[in-house]
Amino acid sequence: MADASPPRPSPDGPEAPRQVAGAALVSLRDVQKHFGDLHVLRDIDLTVDHGEVLVVIGPSGSGKSTLCRAINRLETIDSGTIEVDGEPLPEEGRALARLRSDVGMVFQSFNLFAHKTVLDNVTLGPIKVRGLSRSAARAEAMGLLERVGVANQAGKLPAQLSGGQQQRVAIARALAMHPKVMLFDEPTSALDPEMINEVLDVMVQLAKEGMTMIVVTHEMGFARRAADRVVFMADGQIVEEASPEEFFTNPRSDRAKDFLSKILTH
Amino acid sequence: MSDFLSQFGELFASYDVLGAFWVNIQLTFWAGLIALVVGCVLALFRISPVPSLAWVGTAYVTVFRNTPLTIIMVFMTLGVWGQLKIQVSDDFPTNFFWLAVIGLAIYHAAFVCESIRSGVNTVPLGQAEAARAIGLSFLPAARMVILPQAFRGAIAPLGNTLIALIKNSTVAAAAGVATETSTLLKNMIEFNSSLIYAIFLTFAVGYVILVIPVGLLTTTLSRRLAVRR
Repeated sequence: MADASPPRPSPDGPEAPRQVAGAALVSLRDVQKHFGDLHVLRDIDLTVDHGEVLVVIGPSGSGKSTLCRAINRLETIDSGTIEVDGEPLPEEGRALARLRSDVGMVFQSFNLFAHKTVLDNVTLGPIKVRGLSRSAARAEAMGLLERVGVANQAGKLPAQLSGGQQQRVAIARALAMHPKVMLFDEPTSALDPEMINEVLDVMVQLAKEGMTMIVVTHEMGFARRAADRVVFMADGQIVEEASPEEFFTNPRSDRAKDFLSKILTH
Repeated sequence: MSDFLSQFGELFASYDVLGAFWVNIQLTFWAGLIALVVGCVLALFRISPVPSLAWVGTAYVTVFRNTPLTIIMVFMTLGVWGQLKIQVSDDFPTNFFWLAVIGLAIYHAAFVCESIRSGVNTVPLGQAEAARAIGLSFLPAARMVILPQAFRGAIAPLGNTLIALIKNSTVAAAAGVATETSTLLKNMIEFNSSLIYAIFLTFAVGYVILVIPVGLLTTTLSRRLAVRR
């Protein structure tokens, strides 16, 4: 078996030397995808550097969720290449599972394992995928739950938690795998308004700690506060790419101006 | 009235009614166990991303779900034992008992598979996506995330399959099992036809007693174990 990739540092071992900021961690080149007649991803070229926080915004149906899901191949693409840490996405199988374990994913609908407790949700990956001992996984999971502020809910089932708590558990579950990059697919869109901030606060904190993040969101406040770069998508295309300051104060394209005028005037 | 009740006394005294029901319970137990294991594997095949495995699962279900049970059971004796000379045991009754168990299991595995698959359909797609996203491949994701939830959603249909199996175990007579209830029923009617109402009631009530607890248990279990979302 040719296994060319270097061995990954074990999560409980010494920290691997962090790669220099500025090197591409995720790159998409000429990515195309259709859903039937609908061209959902059109000529997508995008790179995300180590430690960068990229926020993807755009109207519904613009392909931003599909883009996010394509990066860990929950959606397949028709053509083009997607690389994570220099490695092209493999076909479905063991290699893809290994790559996915390095890419954290947070879903709009949380998707916590409904039959497992909060703690078991967080430890499942580390134990079964990383081979951590139960006690080590638990200790680390409790630390992560503490960090996202739901440690006191560790023994409960997901359905007993509020949406905001569930989403924070989902973030902890993703973090437990020590991902190289975190994907957030509209993480606050299914939340009641008063719970959005508790999730965004965790995400802002993560961004400050240097996590590489790709965030699909409608939360413009988060984009302003935490993004290094904003990508605006419409009709499956990347229409504009700029710093948040630049994008929000001085959008270049008419499409972006129109979009911003609709959401920011109220 | 007491005259009618005494008819039951006569039947129970001259025939081993409880023994016959015990044979059906044993047939049900072993066939159910095997059908559960085989049905699980078939369900895994059917939901697997490997097209050839999915095809095998679908083909099995299509063939055996649509074949009359009697034909399968007769085939177990005339075909498997008579023509293919496959013998499970040197002891005649034991041999036919196990041939009947296998026949029942083959048939009901198709229904178990479909019950579990209906349970899988109660598990939102997001559960599988989340499992894949943390790096679980198909089998571990199925074993640790999908199937545990699918089983809870499949308890009621699995209970239905078990109820059908209990009653279908009488078809074992077609596979040469001579000690079970339908053979006994036939003998009673032949030799005690004057007691016909008592005979029918004996077996009808007997099966009702066997089946009702299964129904109650599966309903309670499916409610108690339901995955809250």
